[in-house]
Amino acid sequence: MSQDKSKKTELPADYLTYAHRDYGMDHQRYPWSMLTDRAPVTWPDNKQLALWVNVPLQYFPLNQGGVPFKVPGGMTMPYPDLRHYSLRDYGNRVGLFRFLRAFDRFGVKPTFAVNTRLVERTPYLSRLLKERDDEIICHGYHMDALHYAGQDPTAEADLVARSLDSLRELSGQQITGWLSPAKNESENTPDILAKHGIEYFCDWVNDDMPYDFQTSTTPLIAMPLSTELEDRFVIQNNLHSEASWCEQVRDACDFLLNEASNEGGRILALNVHPWLLGQPHRIGYLEQALDYISTKPEVWSASAGDIKTHWAKQQQPAG
Amino acid sequence: MKEDPGFYSYWPYQDRPKITWPNGARIAFWVAPNIEFYELDPPTNPYRAAWPTGSPSIAGYSIRDYGNRVGHTRQMNLLEKYGIRGSISLSTALCDHHPEIIAACKERDWEFFSHGIYNTRYTYGMSSKQERAMIQDSMQSIYSHTGQKCAGYLAPALSHSEETLDLFAEVGTELFGDDGGFYTCDLFHDDQPTPINLRSGKKFASIPYSLEMNDTIAFAVNKIEPRRYAEQLKLCFDRLYAEGESNGTIMCIPTHNYQVSCPHRLKAFEEALEYITGHSDVWVTTGREIARHFLDNHYTAAVADIADKEARAS
Repeated sequence: MSQDKSKKTELPADYLTYAHRDYGMDHQRYPWSMLTDRAPVTWPDNKQLALWVNVPLQYFPLNQGGVPFKVPGGMTMPYPDLRHYSLRDYGNRVGLFRFLRAFDRFGVKPTFAVNTRLVERTPYLSRLLKERDDEIICHGYHMDALHYAGQDPTAEADLVARSLDSLRELSGQQITGWLSPAKNESENTPDILAKHGIEYFCDWVNDDMPYDFQTSTTPLIAMPLSTELEDRFVIQNNLHSEASWCEQVRDACDFLLNEASNEGGRILALNVHPWLLGQPHRIGYLEQALDYISTKPEVWSASAGDIKTHWAKQQQPAG
Repeated sequence: MKEDPGFYSYWPYQDRPKITWPNGARIAFWVAPNIEFYELDPPTNPYRAAWPTGSPSIAGYSIRDYGNRVGHTRQMNLLEKYGIRGSISLSTALCDHHPEIIAACKERDWEFFSHGIYNTRYTYGMSSKQERAMIQDSMQSIYSHTGQKCAGYLAPALSHSEETLDLFAEVGTELFGDDGGFYTCDLFHDDQPTPINLRSGKKFASIPYSLEMNDTIAFAVNKIEPRRYAEQLKLCFDRLYAEGESNGTIMCIPTHNYQVSCPHRLKAFEEALEYITGHSDVWVTTGREIARHFLDNHYTAAVADIADKEARAS
């Protein structure tokens, strides 16, 4: 055989050795577990599907640094990118109020994932959120304050502390949930979050149900906030129509309700952005989707924290 | 580098010897779920980065983990409902990481074929010896965990060398004689099986696997709507079913548990499966069985026809 003739290169030996090739995951953050192997979960009043409507309230600074990358949805033009700055701001000024009317009309309990910098800058929003008293989770400091691989741990811990301290003070809430800007993390993010009083986070999309996530101190709970079904991914990344997004949400709702009837409670997590679906030509599709879901008697509309708490209560070992 | 990989000659899609399938079926239909393991922090390959950011690259890693934790069982149950045995394109390290998935598929008599060790270890830059060792490891893993003599190959993350198909066929012969290493899914030049020229002269076939019908290409590259994907699957089937009346065709749906098994996509996918399997003259089968049938019954005629047409053209 002449198989050694044609190739002249060779990779280092470690490319053909497999240090983690063993049972379970290739890291220690959580054990391997198939959804169907877990005990079924029930929701309050025997509801089958928990509806988690997650609303990111985001601030995209005009002087974006883009370290280590330009955040999706952020500035793309040479400075000053007034177009993207103001279009994102639209969500907090206009789109949000269309969202609130829709939520109240269909009896939906939203969860707000808030960039701390936004409420620092807008006392009106800060007060409004306080009055509504919906759950607030921290969405990082602002959209350009990314958490990323290789980030200096002290700098990241300072960023987390600043984001949480200020949001806790302004909201009057304890703030136990976290969503990283762009769902991006460093290798230390979960450890830092746990040390700063965070109980659950929403960055990992590897499940349809919550699960325990190990840190250097207290474990976090990972909450499943689907990226594949979020408005930005479907409409802005995939360029699907608003009608198609609505149809995909209905299909997901039907599918999960059916699965829940056989396998126990499920979660329909909708991440929806006021700067996108809050536009006049799109808001009707959010309303259609919420109308469809809210007419299902098996649906429990709840905050992320309440869903997490009900799930966690059922994870205690029996007896 | 070569101008042409040299695996096959030009062979027009008309006036070919007729391919017939078992029981007079017009079309051989198979589904190839890719069951993959992506590493959180793989070693660096000089020619291709595994992830867009340093580790952890959570978006990419976690959605693929979703496929194994959540998506797999959904797709497996759905295929079972429509009488389809999957032909698994397997990251063979998954036998070690997630043996529960392997056991469930084995119990259903699914086929396992090699998709490398991990989908984060690329062929690029490997020496022949290294690529041969990687392929051998993958085929041995399938054998030791399932008892199956691996027949097919889809290079990990579609990363190839000029020698990939030769090495796969040779290792297959060394391990299993004529029962191993006899078809590839790496080439997309035809809607029928075709003979592949190898340096060993082994009887070896390319079985159409279809990138166009691949859910990752549909959802992540072409970014189409779930229902449009189902529509494309049905259109593809309709045409190949019609053409299969005069000369047998093949349709493959390559899937990924982290794509098609998302809650907002399964309903449309099920509609397509129901439609396809609802036709009478469909051979619902596996990649291995198609390749075996072709090699045993039609390969010789195909080789002769190709040679004859080449001779007449020159």
